[in-house]
Amino acid sequence: MSNSKAIAGAAFAAPAFALMLALLIGPLVVLLALSVTDYRLGALAVNLVGLGHYAALFSDEVFQRALRNTFLYVGFVLPGAVFGGLGIALLVHARIRTRSFYEVIYFLPVTSTLVAMATVWQFMLHPSLGPVSAIFSAFGLAGVDLLNDPDLALGTLAMIGLWQQVGFNMVLFLAGLSAIPRDLYEAAALDGAGGGADRFLRVTWPLLGPTTMFVTITSTIAAFKVFDTVAVLTKGGPLGSTETLLYVLYLEGFQYFRTGYAAAMTIVLLAFLIILSVIQARVIDRKVHYA
Amino acid sequence: MRRRGFLGALLSHAVLLAGAVLMAAPFLWMLLTSIRPPEEVFGTVFNLIPTRFAGFENYAEALTSSNLPRAMLNGVIVCVGILAVQLLFAIPSAYALAKLKFRGREWLFGLVLFGLCVPIQVPALPLYLGLAQAGLLDTFFALMAPFALTVFGMFLFRQFFRGYPEEVLDAARLDGMGEFEIVWRLATPAALPAIAAFSIFSIVAHWNDLYWPLIVVTSAERSVPSLAILAFRDTETGGNYGALMAAAAITTAPLILGFFAARRAFLRGITMTGPR
Repeated sequence: MSNSKAIAGAAFAAPAFALMLALLIGPLVVLLALSVTDYRLGALAVNLVGLGHYAALFSDEVFQRALRNTFLYVGFVLPGAVFGGLGIALLVHARIRTRSFYEVIYFLPVTSTLVAMATVWQFMLHPSLGPVSAIFSAFGLAGVDLLNDPDLALGTLAMIGLWQQVGFNMVLFLAGLSAIPRDLYEAAALDGAGGGADRFLRVTWPLLGPTTMFVTITSTIAAFKVFDTVAVLTKGGPLGSTETLLYVLYLEGFQYFRTGYAAAMTIVLLAFLIILSVIQARVIDRKVHYA
Repeated sequence: MRRRGFLGALLSHAVLLAGAVLMAAPFLWMLLTSIRPPEEVFGTVFNLIPTRFAGFENYAEALTSSNLPRAMLNGVIVCVGILAVQLLFAIPSAYALAKLKFRGREWLFGLVLFGLCVPIQVPALPLYLGLAQAGLLDTFFALMAPFALTVFGMFLFRQFFRGYPEEVLDAARLDGMGEFEIVWRLATPAALPAIAAFSIFSIVAHWNDLYWPLIVVTSAERSVPSLAILAFRDTETGGNYGALMAAAAITTAPLILGFFAARRAFLRGITMTGPR
């Protein structure tokens, strides 16, 4: 019996193992190998460059700027995505009849095709035809071109990113809020927690801690991987002010075909993602002990 | 006290409604522009509601002067194809991870956990080189192959199968059912809620994906919705915004209608990555 189970297990797992090798492990090994060569797609001769590419990344102004822009973008999106999501969830959670109405509206951007909605945003932000600039000029800010001003473009993309992400976080926070037992609020009231703010600080906020941490990490990873809006709306411009990590990686690897260099860049990207995921795993572990 | 509750509710509605207007504005603008005639898009006089209904010509333009219908069809083929292959591979392996003992099980599960933090952008470069080498760029195979492996699906189904009662499995084995039969005739139907949630997650992710199609697709015949909308925008340099917004509405419509029809399932499916 247990022998047949072992055979079945191996048979069921074998195809998945094969896919792992072909689509994950194999590519990673190739990536590491490429990152120490000067390979370019179509090149006839390949030379080892050792860690040259990694060293070059540190002095590559474009890469450094992309790194700065990406962190800046995360910094713009994160507070709004986390606290905005929490705030909306708190308000929506208290609603009874209109709860699903708000849920639908705030979640709509998460479900929709970002490329399509980005073109809509582009039109909305059009300096002469869009409604946003009409509203801006009504407030005496005529001629503001949000996507073509080097000082404003990255912030504008961050606003669009926030618009897209906040509903996702709202749903996660709503799930967290529903998991808080009602009697805890009653107990807090008996202990003299009076107003709404008091209840929030003594019960809601501490119990939402794990959810908040989780939302923070997932939002960071999501913002870190910003690509669609850059590719559709700014192509890294104006003056490189919206070049982000993934966009530069895409250009190096699939437009300029500097394969070896792009491979090194990918390894750096993976390192960032692994660090974030390790933090995330720690957070989830802590949640288990907490609950 | 009652009065304060009323004021509080009023205030919270005011804040939520203001936010809702901001969230919904692009969708409203898209729909309104998609039925707006060109003279009103570019006109000096602004009417929120178009004075002449131009929806028919805008949507017709979006559907005829682009490869949007073809791209939508391709999108369906790619999404369904990816999902079918994902389920075919993920369900048995997840069952094995959860319920069967075999050599290398810890290894496989370790790889699943590692794979969870590796997005498509990481293996993209070697996969692209491999596909180029094999002459398979710009094919359905290229669009689908990297996603045949879904570590997320494997992880999710494993969690689900772990909760499946061992006694039921043993009874089925005593009745002479093989493990293959157990997976597809017993475990899979029981896992339908998880499969439904995963399906929505997968379809939404791949219908909306831009990065990978942008890399492997070069021809209009293999275009997918996200690429078609980009191509349409870039060719419409004259700025037929009505048609462009119609195209955007057509691209987004399937998922949004699905969301309206199965709200709970969508919320669960898309936010499944959340803490459980």
